[in-house]
Amino acid sequence: MRIPLSWIREVADVPADQSGRDVAERLISAGLEVETVDTVGAGLTGPIVVGHVREIEELTEFKKPIRWCQVDIGAGEPSGIICGAQNFTEGDLVVVAPPGTTLPGDFTITARETYGHVSNGMICSERELGLGDDHAGIIVLPEGTAEAGADASQILGAGDDVLDIAITPDRGYALSLRGIGREVAIAYGVDFHDPVDRAETLPGPADDRAPAACASDDLEACPLFTLRTITGIDPHTPTPQWMRNRLRDCGMRSVSLAVDITNYVMLELGQPLHAFDLDALQGTVRAGRAQPGESLETIDHVERTLSVDDLTIRDDRGPIGLAGTMGGATTEIADDTENIALEAAYFGAEVVARMGRRHRLTSEASRRFERGIDRALAPVASARASELLVDLAGGTYQGMTAVEAPMEERVIRISGDLPSQVAGMDIPVHDVIATLEAIGCSVTVDGSELSVAPPSWRPDLTDPADLVEEVVRLVGYAKLPSTLPTAPAGHGLTHAQRLRRRIGMVLAARGLVEVLTYPFTSDADADALRWPDDDERRVSPRLANPLSDEQPKLRAAILPTLLVAAQRNVSRGFDDAAIFEMGAVFRGPAGSQHAPRPGVDQRPSDEEWQQLQDLLPDQPTHLGAVFTGNRVAKTWADDAEAFTWADALSVAQDVCQVLGVEYVVERGDDPSFHPGRCAQVMVDGEPVAIAGELHPAVTEAWGLPPRSCALELDISRAIESSPEVRPAPDFSSHPIAKEDIALVVAGDVSARDVAASIERGAGELLESLSLFDVYEGDQVPDGHKSVAFALRFRAPDRTLSAEELAGIRESIVQSTSADVGARLR
Amino acid sequence: MSGPNTNFDPKQVASLDVDAVEAMVADARAAFAAADDLDALKAARLAHAGDRSPLALANREIGALPPAAKADVGKRVGQARAAVKSALEEREVVLTQERDARVLESEAVDITLPVGRAAVGGRHPLTTLMERMADVFISMGYDIAEGPEAEAEWANFDALNVPPDHPARTMQDTFYVESADSGVVLRTQTSPIQIRAMLERPLPIYVVAPGRVYRTDELDATHTPVFHQIEGLAVDEGLTMGDLKGTLDHLARQMFGEGIVTRLRPSYFPFTEPSAEVDLECFVCRGASVGDASRACRTCGSEGWIEWGGCGMVNPRVLAAVGIDTDVYRGFAFGMGIERTLMFRNSVTDMRDMVEGDVRFTTAFGVDA
Repeated sequence: MRIPLSWIREVADVPADQSGRDVAERLISAGLEVETVDTVGAGLTGPIVVGHVREIEELTEFKKPIRWCQVDIGAGEPSGIICGAQNFTEGDLVVVAPPGTTLPGDFTITARETYGHVSNGMICSERELGLGDDHAGIIVLPEGTAEAGADASQILGAGDDVLDIAITPDRGYALSLRGIGREVAIAYGVDFHDPVDRAETLPGPADDRAPAACASDDLEACPLFTLRTITGIDPHTPTPQWMRNRLRDCGMRSVSLAVDITNYVMLELGQPLHAFDLDALQGTVRAGRAQPGESLETIDHVERTLSVDDLTIRDDRGPIGLAGTMGGATTEIADDTENIALEAAYFGAEVVARMGRRHRLTSEASRRFERGIDRALAPVASARASELLVDLAGGTYQGMTAVEAPMEERVIRISGDLPSQVAGMDIPVHDVIATLEAIGCSVTVDGSELSVAPPSWRPDLTDPADLVEEVVRLVGYAKLPSTLPTAPAGHGLTHAQRLRRRIGMVLAARGLVEVLTYPFTSDADADALRWPDDDERRVSPRLANPLSDEQPKLRAAILPTLLVAAQRNVSRGFDDAAIFEMGAVFRGPAGSQHAPRPGVDQRPSDEEWQQLQDLLPDQPTHLGAVFTGNRVAKTWADDAEAFTWADALSVAQDVCQVLGVEYVVERGDDPSFHPGRCAQVMVDGEPVAIAGELHPAVTEAWGLPPRSCALELDISRAIESSPEVRPAPDFSSHPIAKEDIALVVAGDVSARDVAASIERGAGELLESLSLFDVYEGDQVPDGHKSVAFALRFRAPDRTLSAEELAGIRESIVQSTSADVGARLR
Repeated sequence: MSGPNTNFDPKQVASLDVDAVEAMVADARAAFAAADDLDALKAARLAHAGDRSPLALANREIGALPPAAKADVGKRVGQARAAVKSALEEREVVLTQERDARVLESEAVDITLPVGRAAVGGRHPLTTLMERMADVFISMGYDIAEGPEAEAEWANFDALNVPPDHPARTMQDTFYVESADSGVVLRTQTSPIQIRAMLERPLPIYVVAPGRVYRTDELDATHTPVFHQIEGLAVDEGLTMGDLKGTLDHLARQMFGEGIVTRLRPSYFPFTEPSAEVDLECFVCRGASVGDASRACRTCGSEGWIEWGGCGMVNPRVLAAVGIDTDVYRGFAFGMGIERTLMFRNSVTDMRDMVEGDVRFTTAFGVDA
């Protein structure tokens, strides 16, 4: 809501020395968010004057039409001025910036030769003067506004400060001069002159024509509907300049006097009004729901198909407007309309909000109805507008018809010390009462209790907490004390929270860089990852309104979105990178057409709460990592070391170690990975991670270097297996015995199987084993390989003897021979 | 070796003469001092302390002396040999140290050569900043609460006093999970975690909830459709707005340093009443830029204040929706944008840097923000 300070001053006795910025400060403290304060005509220095256009000579030899005008600016001889605008005629009053005046943008007017004449000044538009945005033509002042040569800056309201205020949804009353003026008056502790009080000077009806009839078919959605009839206005009377200035400063365009008056009164009082062409109406004007199959052309010339939930304004022929939102084209007042039916009504906030959403349509009127208007205001506002139509447009008032349901009385009972208790500071009861009365409440004291009847323009005040906010904000949040509550002893991080932090630190220490990606993906990504049609990762929720139609689904794995980030780094010249992300993935279906909607006036039952949980997809936390290029760059001393499948796998193993979980590495068969270089990490018999070299088709699809590697690990699942308490190890201090053993096995026998067999043969004295050599070549038979392990043995209670070691070695030879067909090399 | 010569006059054995023995010692000392490396010293040792050195030879003669002279001469020669040995050892220590120093010196490298190392990783500053903010509350006894990102519409809106046709639902542009009436949304705020905490935890409740939230904004320098908030909720007997202010003041000091000035400004959220925006006085210009074009401030846009987050006393309607007795309990709640906090605190000028996954952004922060 934009509002000029000069208008505020008409209703609130703001001290004369206060600027727009000063007033803004006060309003911000009171909770009205003033976004900007602009000065009308800022940047304009030097005089601008009213000019009377005496003669116009059309110059036709140029590419565009140019006028050579003789303009009386009250200085004796008329000034010759060149002008490119066409929207004025001889005899009009215009605004002239004479030589020496500087316009916004530091543009100083000089007498200069142009289009073959010496132009002695400039005829100006609103925008050129910094008054508004209108640049459709130059300003033409209404006839009789002033004499030639008069100071135009005053007439145009230059120098006024305009406050632009973002109105929160609860403060519909502040979408008007009346509401903002009251807040200003309270903020300054000065008198407020309610503009409603001066709106009741409308003379009685003239009785020469029966007023148009009205009705409401839906008293719940439309409990108040009024229609005033005004006849015989002069459709050619221009809007007076003072009203144009106000509309302009409030960000509205001047249309015609009758429309301007309805807008002006809406800005002044907050009641949207609609003027119909009385002669275009047929029968009773009524509020009622649309009938099936109806449509309506609104004044923005859009043909709208109506829903039976739409609240329409109708006459005997059908819909003529969307209630509280926009009028219809057939009954719109035209250039020659003389007779007017003026609608002022109360429409429910919800019905207007729903209609706006359905038709994707908001208007100045609907913004106000959605937030809730003053239930008592309609007849007052339409009286004010009628009065202006009579006074300014020469109309005759013919009377009003109205239908109204009884108004519900709201009384809120609060304890007088509730504001003090909530604020945590002492607010005397008499201050509480005075504040509530200042905002328009009537307050009755009943012992320590207050009975508070909020004013009709504050539909937002329904609960004690609403009254507390009013009191505390007007006392001033700045006065609140700063205290700290004492929470009970806390629990610190949960097991999972602590472990996720640990994992992040270990990955960073391993050289991985954390990134955060948007979790949006697509079926095309699933295809590119070569996921089979029945892959469970293809079942993830789809958004009804995605950011991009190309990425309508939530990710079921980190990799599809992380690969994009990997590609971005490569394309920016960072080919060597290891990135990771830990975040939610989304699995399975979500939502239901029969979603439960528990009430909100009591706790949902356990069953209802469970039903709500059941709507949600599984959302485990996953870790994804992508490795591209080199782990270590080439240096003067050493060659580069590329990332390999082993880096991806070892990171997955590190995570398991951080979590303290036992794991087993198996061959994996994820189709996104190289079929021969994919590992699956198992915890408690379940796969928790896939790691290895990406499939060439995947690296190509994402534009990554060949042999890029990746891993995906289900952190939530792995943490389930992580022990809350880790037992201390029990180890022997007896001497170590070391043995190496080289075994020849068939080429397709896996290292893991050989190791498992060695462990079986070695028994429990084996402390560790590590594979230190794999050999294929002349020394072993074709199709075979030699695998060499370093073994370490230790007994808990003694030094192992050479005989014992020889026995173990023999046992290993037997077990590996039996299990994997190995023979000693 | 010859046997004892009992007929011999010791005074006639020239090699055992006092002067001769002293000369041998002096010769040895001179030779050791002249040796300038361990090899030269080895030669000098053989010459002056070896089996065939003059002193060793002289020593052999002692056996031929009459017993009366043996003790005196033996003592003298023994002292001379000890002196030579000591001189040798001293020199050896010196020369060994010199040699070791030369070796170390010869092994010097150009220590400024770039070394091959695996690149250092990093944690995203939004992650570490969330941890840091959460830790401030952990230290005050709060727990960290969590909730799902795809959330029941009921918890994201209805239970938070945002009824279906309330204009507040259009304040936040919501991603709906297909179809639009599925009852599931991507949470538009961390506030549904309040609902979960109040339904699932015993009273009193003191929790913070950092997390990722979604709104249908287009990505630009100051907006991102996927961002992070930290939510705080306290529900206890007798909580006040003063407690809310004190808690936010404490957080602000921990994040921005002592001396930071906060302001609560009345505002509107359906789930709090009274409601407020919490602003920080611009810590770059301290308000000096307001209305002074020559001191324009980029951090606050010359407003003097920076909007940090929203807060308020939990609307009793929200407490009622989760079955908390509003006659006994009151609550306060607040929510801050982590991205905004990072922008102000660490001078990030473009929010796109936080979401694009460029390794340079994260790496610059290491493992802390």
